[in-house]
Amino acid sequence: MTQSFLGFARPGGQVGVRNHVLVVPTVICAAVVAERIAASIAPIGAALPHLAGCGQIGPDLSVTHDTLAAYTRHPNVGAVIVVALGCEQVIAQYLADTARQAGKDAHVVSIHGEGGTVRATARGIEIARELAVALGRVERVWCPASSLVLSVKCGGSDYTSGLASNPVVGRVADLLVDAGGAVVLGEIAEIMGAEHLLAARASTPAAAAHLLRVVNRVEAEAMALGLDIRGTQPSPGNIRGGLTTIEEKSLGATHKAGQRTRLEEVVPYAGRVTRPGLTVMDTPGLDVESVTGMVGGGAQVVLFTTGLGTPTGNPIAPVIKITGNARTAQTMADNTDVDVSGILTDAETFEDAAARLFEEMCEVASGRPVAAERLGHREFAIHRRNPTI
Amino acid sequence: MTAVIVISAEDNVATALESLDAGQTVQAGAATVTVAEAIPRGHKVALWAIPAGAIVIKYGSAIGHASSDIAAGAHVHTHNVASDRGRGDLAAAGAR
Repeated sequence: MTQSFLGFARPGGQVGVRNHVLVVPTVICAAVVAERIAASIAPIGAALPHLAGCGQIGPDLSVTHDTLAAYTRHPNVGAVIVVALGCEQVIAQYLADTARQAGKDAHVVSIHGEGGTVRATARGIEIARELAVALGRVERVWCPASSLVLSVKCGGSDYTSGLASNPVVGRVADLLVDAGGAVVLGEIAEIMGAEHLLAARASTPAAAAHLLRVVNRVEAEAMALGLDIRGTQPSPGNIRGGLTTIEEKSLGATHKAGQRTRLEEVVPYAGRVTRPGLTVMDTPGLDVESVTGMVGGGAQVVLFTTGLGTPTGNPIAPVIKITGNARTAQTMADNTDVDVSGILTDAETFEDAAARLFEEMCEVASGRPVAAERLGHREFAIHRRNPTI
Repeated sequence: MTAVIVISAEDNVATALESLDAGQTVQAGAATVTVAEAIPRGHKVALWAIPAGAIVIKYGSAIGHASSDIAAGAHVHTHNVASDRGRGDLAAAGAR
């Protein structure tokens, strides 16, 4: 089985699977200019339109800042343009400096400084074209699979997720960790009911205790609302698909993390994944917020299972869609990358499906576009912790 | 392909891999179950009687408890299984 792929070698030993010019608005007010600059060099340009950057205090502001900074140093990014308005809280220069410290060319375009939308857009496009030409000259080199940080995710789950697609992704996670790579699992609410299984596989008592603390906090937050979380966990679609309780959903969902990976660490939202093996990230269950955080943590590739089908992607990382539902593979064909429904008809073994998915992951890492990339799905949403002030 | 799958030997429910009709008999692991009512594809069927309050087990772990008596072969879903996690509604009721 292939254990290597063609990637972009970055300073410090990191490896990218894409080579985007990242166009980051510091604040919602700069988002339209950023999107127009990125669109001028599509598909190499990737904007991060977001709703925050001002009116934020405390943890909410630091999560926004840290998430944007994490994307500017991400190995799938080759160069960065920060688009500022000029009066916001998020600091443009800090984001540009973060990119430069990671060895990337970085520029700041200020809407106030340039004198309005038209001049700022024109200036940004001029810089973007030069960066795109420079990045176009960079060649891919062979890299070991151990340089991958793999995000595992499920969304639009039904009964096939826990029976077929999640166990296949779990076997890929095991294979990658065997090879020395890293896997990150998010969505703390979808660990609720299965935390005992992950805690039992923790490499240290501290990691196990940290996981239980974070799961208990999320459960307490949900309970503080005085409501039954059934209705969002599981969602109405999950319930129609046969999932009855959050415990059942979680037990199926945690299959994605593998069977023999050891839990090494629990990191905050968009916190950097630093260790080989399994990391759990403190993200909410909402798909786009969760993927946004895990890619921020350094994941270059996402394996995303779905039973009902879902279209979402990410601005800088390929999101590979896998389904175990034969009907969804047909009805959502343009959103589906890998069909593992043969497991439920005994047409394919878990091991064969996992080997096939591992190969697919390496080919995507080498540059083959996934469905979400072909269709222009670039969803990005930063988790909010506090109300907008 | 079997009509239902039992994931773990400790489970007291099986998952239907196709729609099941009332009266149909299915082989579910070691158990033979006569389906008591129509069960949609992907939903669960009780392998044997599960009394109210007893733990419902899938994947070898608890997925909640029976909120009413569940007969062998019955559809097992939100109408007769309650979650034991994230129940802010119960906490709020208890506080009143």
